[in-house]
Amino acid sequence: MSATTSGILPFAVKDCALIALATGRCAQNLRELRDALEAVQPSSLYHHFWGGLLRPRFDEPEFNNDFAAWARHALHDWVLAERLAVIDPTEFQELEGLRRELVEVIEERLDERELIPWSKPDQQFHFLDSLIVVFDTHRRVEHPRELVEALAGMTRSSVFYHFIDARRRRPDGIDDFRGWLREQGDGYPELCEQLATMDPFFSSLAETRQRLLELIEDHFGGPRL
Amino acid sequence: MTISLDRYAEVAGEDVIEHLRQLAAPLRGRRVVHVNSTRKGGGVAEILDKLVPFMNELGLDASWEIISGDESFYELTKRFHNGLQGNMVELSPALLQVYEETNARNAEALRDTLQEADVVFVHDPQPALLLRQVPERQGKWVWRCHIDVSRPFRPVWKYLREHVSAYDASVFSLADFAQRLPHPQYLISPSIDPLSEKNIPLPADEVAGVREQFGLDPDRELILQVSRFDRFKDPVGVIHAYRLARRSIPTLQLVLAGGEATDDPEGAAVLEEVRQAAAEDRDIKILLLPADAHRTINALQRSADLVLQKSVREGFGLTVTEAMWKGKPVIGGNTGGIRLQIVNHHTGFLVDSPEGAALRIRYLLSHRHKLEEMGEKAQAFVHDNFLLTRHLVEYLTLIHGVASPEDNRIELG
Repeated sequence: MSATTSGILPFAVKDCALIALATGRCAQNLRELRDALEAVQPSSLYHHFWGGLLRPRFDEPEFNNDFAAWARHALHDWVLAERLAVIDPTEFQELEGLRRELVEVIEERLDERELIPWSKPDQQFHFLDSLIVVFDTHRRVEHPRELVEALAGMTRSSVFYHFIDARRRRPDGIDDFRGWLREQGDGYPELCEQLATMDPFFSSLAETRQRLLELIEDHFGGPRL
Repeated sequence: MTISLDRYAEVAGEDVIEHLRQLAAPLRGRRVVHVNSTRKGGGVAEILDKLVPFMNELGLDASWEIISGDESFYELTKRFHNGLQGNMVELSPALLQVYEETNARNAEALRDTLQEADVVFVHDPQPALLLRQVPERQGKWVWRCHIDVSRPFRPVWKYLREHVSAYDASVFSLADFAQRLPHPQYLISPSIDPLSEKNIPLPADEVAGVREQFGLDPDRELILQVSRFDRFKDPVGVIHAYRLARRSIPTLQLVLAGGEATDDPEGAAVLEEVRQAAAEDRDIKILLLPADAHRTINALQRSADLVLQKSVREGFGLTVTEAMWKGKPVIGGNTGGIRLQIVNHHTGFLVDSPEGAALRIRYLLSHRHKLEEMGEKAQAFVHDNFLLTRHLVEYLTLIHGVASPEDNRIELG
């Protein structure tokens, strides 16, 4: 059984609030989308892949990123929508790599099609960005077992910060939970492996919180009495 | 009556309220002023009526000021409103002079408050010129546009842009409404207050009673549109849709319930058009309700089988969210903020014509299980995304943001 090594900092539960900003850049056809993709800030790509988790959205999203949804609903290009939807941003260490992949997929589609697909004027793709404000909840977790209780009291945005946003923030590209567990004793390799298999794309943040909670609870042998 | 934020924990969740308190803690004592042109009537006043007390409860020093003007001022600002929504309107030099003078006079009355504020939110075009009248301002000024300006009549936008460009930031309800401006443009969609008279749960007899009050048959299908009598809300199109749907549902009843905002001089003319379109049909009830008839509107929404918001242009359309919160599927115009609220085929339907609305009315009224399923989804969607607490979070986030406009990540100490 792993034990907390003295000297390891407790897990600081943080929370965040996110607000969207318009970049003023939009696209009405696929070529414009490609051109804008090459020019926008990396944080805009981040917003369109991950920011949706904190935006008004339906719990059964059809696509996991805004580009795929636009290709389907505004350009009516199913093939492109499917190709864009399969892009997994967690596979890219840097957002620049993600940008190159998006552009590559779009250019391939432009080569295939005889006509450039257009959207209606009121269905243009608007590139957005976001402002994230992070604050400390002053709650601290001393032992990994206590993560269960901490997770139960976390807001959706706190789950977003530690499980989603961490991947961009941390040099090792992993979530905060694994990052902290790895610092403990033997590093909880099994639990970390299980957490790494979680796909946060098609889950709401509430579902992600519940799944995290269950995995950690199971690891420590069920709920505490 | 002011309701404490703690009461909202019962609806939105304890964690949401705690989140708000933590986000607001560093803003304690910050002087925030909201300015608009009416204290009653319309969605803006309704939102401010709640946001301002909540900001105070969270420790900010918030106030709400209104500007006043004469009939020509409101005539001009109505033209602004229509022009920003894309209608061709004329702005005569005489009316523009009234506009500028009215703003100057109001600025004089509010000068001390505005000058000393840390953040000033100026809502919509009516008070937009206040900024240039307060050159000694100390805080950040934010122009909050509640109107659909996705395709404005250019001369109107050209005039207004000159003035709003000088703000430190602006806020639009949807990305489609954002314009080319030389400052950050935040996106905040409106919200509803689940504990207001308009949205609280009502006793069954009160809901049933509203049908009796307005002479509606309790055993027949009822469809409803609640909105001002404004051409952009297409009330005549709703009557057309009702008539088409009635061919297969002859027992159908329609209520068009509207109130007049004090800054809307065009309402009477549109109301007359609606009355003519309804003609002698006794199953169409046109209700002109006072601005404070919130409970009646609540009961009407709960009493209806489904709700329409067949706008052809819409900033956001709070009535859509209100109806969804009551578990009603909404058939809405495929425009503006309605698209953000109605998840097509899940929480209602988006339509582009009276014929489309009629088709969906017929479908839902003949598939009751689907109607109920959509209603449940609609309510859950509003709970997660469109309650007042989310709105407040975004305003607080914005206040943090305007203090550090260069950063897209702010770590509070």
